[in-house]
Amino acid sequence: MTADVVPGVVAVALVTIATLAIGSYRQRFSRTTSDFFVASRTVRPALNASAIGGEYLSGASFLGIAGLLLVFGADMLWYPVGFTAGYLVLLVLVAAPLRRSGAYTLPDFAEARLGSRGVRAACSVLVVAVGWLYLLPQFEGAGLTLSAAVGAPRWVGAVVVGVVVVVGVGSGGMRAITFVQAFQYWLKLTALLVPLAVLLVVWMGDGSPGPVLRTDTAQWSLPLADGGGAGLYATYSLIVATFLGTMGLPHVAVRFYTNPDGGAARRTTLVVLVLLGVFYLLPPAYALLGRVYGESLAAAGRSDVMVLELPRVMLPGMAGELLTALVTAGAFAAFLSTSSGLAVAVAGVLGQDVTGRLPGLAGRRGTLSGVPAFRLGAVIAVAVPLGVSLLVPDLGVARSVGLAFAMAASTFCPLLVLGIWWRGLTAPGAVAGLVAGGLGCGGAIVTTFSPAPVTGWAGVLLEQPAAWSVPLAVLVMVAVSLATRDRVPAHAGRFLVRLHTPESVRP
Amino acid sequence: MSEPRPTRVRVTGPPRHVRPGAARPALDDSSTLGGVYLGSLLREQGRLAVRVLGLLVLLVGSLPLVFHLAPGLARLELLGLGLAWLLLGVLVYPLLVVMGWRFVVRAERNERDFADLMDERRR
Repeated sequence: MTADVVPGVVAVALVTIATLAIGSYRQRFSRTTSDFFVASRTVRPALNASAIGGEYLSGASFLGIAGLLLVFGADMLWYPVGFTAGYLVLLVLVAAPLRRSGAYTLPDFAEARLGSRGVRAACSVLVVAVGWLYLLPQFEGAGLTLSAAVGAPRWVGAVVVGVVVVVGVGSGGMRAITFVQAFQYWLKLTALLVPLAVLLVVWMGDGSPGPVLRTDTAQWSLPLADGGGAGLYATYSLIVATFLGTMGLPHVAVRFYTNPDGGAARRTTLVVLVLLGVFYLLPPAYALLGRVYGESLAAAGRSDVMVLELPRVMLPGMAGELLTALVTAGAFAAFLSTSSGLAVAVAGVLGQDVTGRLPGLAGRRGTLSGVPAFRLGAVIAVAVPLGVSLLVPDLGVARSVGLAFAMAASTFCPLLVLGIWWRGLTAPGAVAGLVAGGLGCGGAIVTTFSPAPVTGWAGVLLEQPAAWSVPLAVLVMVAVSLATRDRVPAHAGRFLVRLHTPESVRP
Repeated sequence: MSEPRPTRVRVTGPPRHVRPGAARPALDDSSTLGGVYLGSLLREQGRLAVRVLGLLVLLVGSLPLVFHLAPGLARLELLGLGLAWLLLGVLVYPLLVVMGWRFVVRAERNERDFADLMDERRR
């Protein structure tokens, strides 16, 4: 190990220790199953919003966006805008009613709303699918970060994140994780803000040079993907996926059940909008600085780690190394917090629907239940995507995240919105819509990984499925529900009332 | 000497298969007047949601189309930043926060009006 990697190693070690320490300190307050799954619904808006921000801002936001902006320009601004606007859509359509539904997880909501075990099973499969699709790039990105910052082999970062997440989640559940993640939002913000301030001073000291490579400026400053009409379609498809997908991400949805009541859920979401808005001002600033100083990084295909490398490039010597170490700490926090949130959500579903029903592992009482099932679920939730990311490296961090959003938008978004606002939704309609959206979007994803990719318009449609798969899911859901009108659950009216009635007037 | 040890409590999940809302007969859509009030609250909140989302589509969702139809706009520079970078990198975030804040204020006002209405009815 050479001397210049020491700050990076120390930074990663500190983040890991702080994460485990806060988790185990808070673990003393984690007693009941309700603590494990939803922190006993006592988390106040400011803390909860920090936790949501900490959990939501993944490595893709921390590292990926600045790199994409550097290489592709303004059309990549739609990623952070969509990640934030998704919370406005969530606030407007589902935040308070979702909390008032009183369910633990998305499958719980679906079962309570539609009174059907079939819908529950479909939702459980989808939560695990979306969760794993989103966990994959986290592990991959952790490997990339550690190899860029301290020259470790690619598998080290993924394994470290996996182990820390299993230990943290398995020991303290949602209650411990809430404090860890609130801490990690502020760590991530600091880790981007402080280096940026220093780099801006350096930039002004250099006489505020303008960006280089003026030749392609026109495309670089246009907020549209290349290719005329196809580019316009791809941009709108990304907008649909991110604006509507946020509400359907399992680790986001599960957070809303930790609010004390529906009004608190709304105020929490509003604070989240502020926190995300502040954070997402930073990656474009890095990209613009990268445009001035980091063209060599983009040319060398290292744009993914541009945020990590930029301090070294602009400030040679120990100062640059220290700033890089700080950014590395932030990036590692990003992978840890998002993976923890996803692991909690997937483990919650596995704990209720899979490991909670394994008779062989149960011992005296027949089946595992409560906390042991949750812990076993956490191990499975992390082990599977970790294994896949080690076997199949190079899936592409930002792309997998985009696909997870498209999948969530094509399945859970229609289910939640129709379930909350339309009394006529039936169980067969919901299942048909989930299958249509899931197969449509999932099938499109699979074809893009095939060795002979489709080109032209069909290729664009398959690569960015959200703009057709979301309307398809909605149409199927509504049409089949209308065709099975006699299957509208008897309690549908009462349930909708409960979702929209303020807690203060409940009898 | 010391307090008696608390008995062990088996920790389990909550019952999952209880029909929600079953224990609230007082306020549901089958009692006519309550049904009318609730219907109006639902419509009011729905209309509010549609208005906010419409504004979002109009102000933010229209931007790709605008830049597609008038690509020259991207060459405009304000405050040293390209127009797209200024709009989508900076200004969009305060806009989203203000829209969210207005929504929360109005949604809470709708709920308060509804609660007042129910209070009057109970008296």
